[in-house]
Amino acid sequence: MNRATFPHKLLPYLLLAPQLAVTLIFFYWPAGQALKQSLLREDPFGLKTQFVGLANFKRVLADPAYVNSIKVTVVFSLATAFISMAIALLLAVQAEKIIRGKTLYRTLLIWPYAVAPAIAGMLWLFMFNPSFGTLAYPLRSMGINWDPLLNGPQAMILIVAAAAWKQISYNFLFFVAGLQAIPQTLIEAAAIDGARAARRFRTIVFPLLAPITFFLLVINTVYALFDTFGIIHAVTAGGPGKSTETLVYKVYNDGFVNLILGDSAAQSVILMAIVIALTALQFRYIERRVHYG
Amino acid sequence: MKRRSMLAAALLALAMAGTAPAFARTQVTWWHAMTGANNEVVDKIAKDFNSSQQDYEIVPVFKGTYPETLNAGIAAFRAGQPPDIMQVFDVGTGVMMNAEGAVKPVAEVLTEAGMSFDKSQYLPGIVAYYSRPDGTMLSFPYNSSSPILYFNKDIFQKAGLDINNPPKTWNEVWDAARKIKASGAAPCGYTSTWLTWIHLENFAAWNNTPYATKENGLAGQDAELQINTPLFVNHFQALADLSKDGTFKYGGRTSEAKQIFLAGECGIFTESSGGLGDIVKSGMNYGIGQLPYDTDAPGAPQNTIPGGASLWVFGGKSADQYKGVAAFFAYLSKTEVQTYLHQKSGYLPVTLAAYEETKKSGFYEKNPGRETPITQMMGEEPTANSKGVRLINLPQVRDIENEEFEKMLAGQQTAQQALDNAVKRGNDAIKQALGN
Repeated sequence: MNRATFPHKLLPYLLLAPQLAVTLIFFYWPAGQALKQSLLREDPFGLKTQFVGLANFKRVLADPAYVNSIKVTVVFSLATAFISMAIALLLAVQAEKIIRGKTLYRTLLIWPYAVAPAIAGMLWLFMFNPSFGTLAYPLRSMGINWDPLLNGPQAMILIVAAAAWKQISYNFLFFVAGLQAIPQTLIEAAAIDGARAARRFRTIVFPLLAPITFFLLVINTVYALFDTFGIIHAVTAGGPGKSTETLVYKVYNDGFVNLILGDSAAQSVILMAIVIALTALQFRYIERRVHYG
Repeated sequence: MKRRSMLAAALLALAMAGTAPAFARTQVTWWHAMTGANNEVVDKIAKDFNSSQQDYEIVPVFKGTYPETLNAGIAAFRAGQPPDIMQVFDVGTGVMMNAEGAVKPVAEVLTEAGMSFDKSQYLPGIVAYYSRPDGTMLSFPYNSSSPILYFNKDIFQKAGLDINNPPKTWNEVWDAARKIKASGAAPCGYTSTWLTWIHLENFAAWNNTPYATKENGLAGQDAELQINTPLFVNHFQALADLSKDGTFKYGGRTSEAKQIFLAGECGIFTESSGGLGDIVKSGMNYGIGQLPYDTDAPGAPQNTIPGGASLWVFGGKSADQYKGVAAFFAYLSKTEVQTYLHQKSGYLPVTLAAYEETKKSGFYEKNPGRETPITQMMGEEPTANSKGVRLINLPQVRDIENEEFEKMLAGQQTAQQALDNAVKRGNDAIKQALGN
């Protein structure tokens, strides 16, 4: 490939400047503030400030509520990622089989992605509100004591359902693209050899989708970790008890409700480390193993 | 919510820019958390004040829910651009009082502006709550409310209960609730908003029993919770037992239960007097009673404690702005403004004159029950247990209490365990907050 050369030394930097400025102001500066705050002990108004080193981290990591929120986060993220990916894959495979109206189905399946998290949360909250929810009523008549306000596992099911539902569209798009990239000749050859649909899926389609599945696993985990705040805030606000308080929700709760800024900042720094690790994993693994086209 | 409030603020700013007066008036910004009908009251008061004089212009800005408004104010202070006046809910009082360097006591603002500040004109219980132990009034009580009992008359009649004799004690509430459930008049007997505010803080004051040491934190910051005494334990065990078969129905941590009552699911309901508007609007055939008390408590009923919010003034502003703030507070104290506020919003009047005026006008005869929150709060001389609750981190303590209640109502622990845990975790949290 030919290397493009620019006559000016300054121009490339000038062209990059706006993007760099945005990154610095909206990413590096707040991250730096969080780092600084995580080492301080401060009253809400910032009138008295004291440097405490790593004391905030020590207290956060020793807090049973923090350990609880790690467990909640793991359960929530894995359940959300697994359910949204499984359903998306099923839908993608089925959508491939349709001959008429393929585009219509695909368009409809992509819609939920455009719904804002808080609104998705409200929708599910209304549908499953124990008092007036349209879908809570049939649950009750089936003899299920539906009360996510007090029943922790039911509250978890509700937010997982809302979060997974919203992400299905995104996963669906990628799985459809992935399915189209699988050469038809392979599948036809297997069919001629006598492999039935289920076996063809297990031995050919699914392994060939693996890179996409792995990519989606990372994306979905990051989504469940960080982009679901709106859903949790609208549906359960972390309750009942602390049974749906994820790591991100705890950062908000400690910082903005309980006004303990040091602890909250220490938690965001830990989260920052988790994101960096996940991103590094994604780049190292995916960029090396996957060859598109 | 955040987005909506930001949009509202932006629109408001735009509207302000369009109508900026040609001459220079000192602007006084007022951040508040009032929605719906109460927001209209804020706008009308501001408009009337602005047209009543030429020197100052009050600019009300809606900043979201109570906690969001408090957070916005704190963030603005940290950024060096706080508003002049900020509305802070009762629970945030301890937070604000601890911020000595950030706020300017209202008493100081008024006297510096050359206004005589006569405490005796204001309802004593409310003023005491927003004052330092030495009596200096720190914030201006804008909207005060008190929890009361509401009941659905149609459900009462179906269950064979007397609509002219609503339950007065908690035992009577439990009995009536069981009757409602058993008779099939409604699927649930009783529900309540704000368990922490009504069943702990007001329950303690109304039954003249301590909520925390150091006069519930009013006499010193290093208070310890005392909510695991037998009176509380028995009360909450009764709630937990009634919750098992759905006689008591939990609605949520704040005012969510109002929907359950409005939907006709439960016959009896405890909620803030400030929630009256929605119940009136729903067209329900409702009745009002005073907050029930516990017959095991000697001296009950005592008095309830103020809820609602007050207006705080930030420090570091110009003398001109403080004069504007003082002029606005003087305007707010006027009898006609207070009577309007009281009758329109359902909040309590803060001056005695406004209360007398409303009485004289026959408003209470026409609107039975509207006086209940006032007589509840004013009926008795407050004791060390009933002046109010003030903790440096009350929002956090309430969260802890709610979490333990939810586990109790879900059947994971008894009332004794729930309250013991709440005391232990709450005390730890208070200690940590005091370490700042």
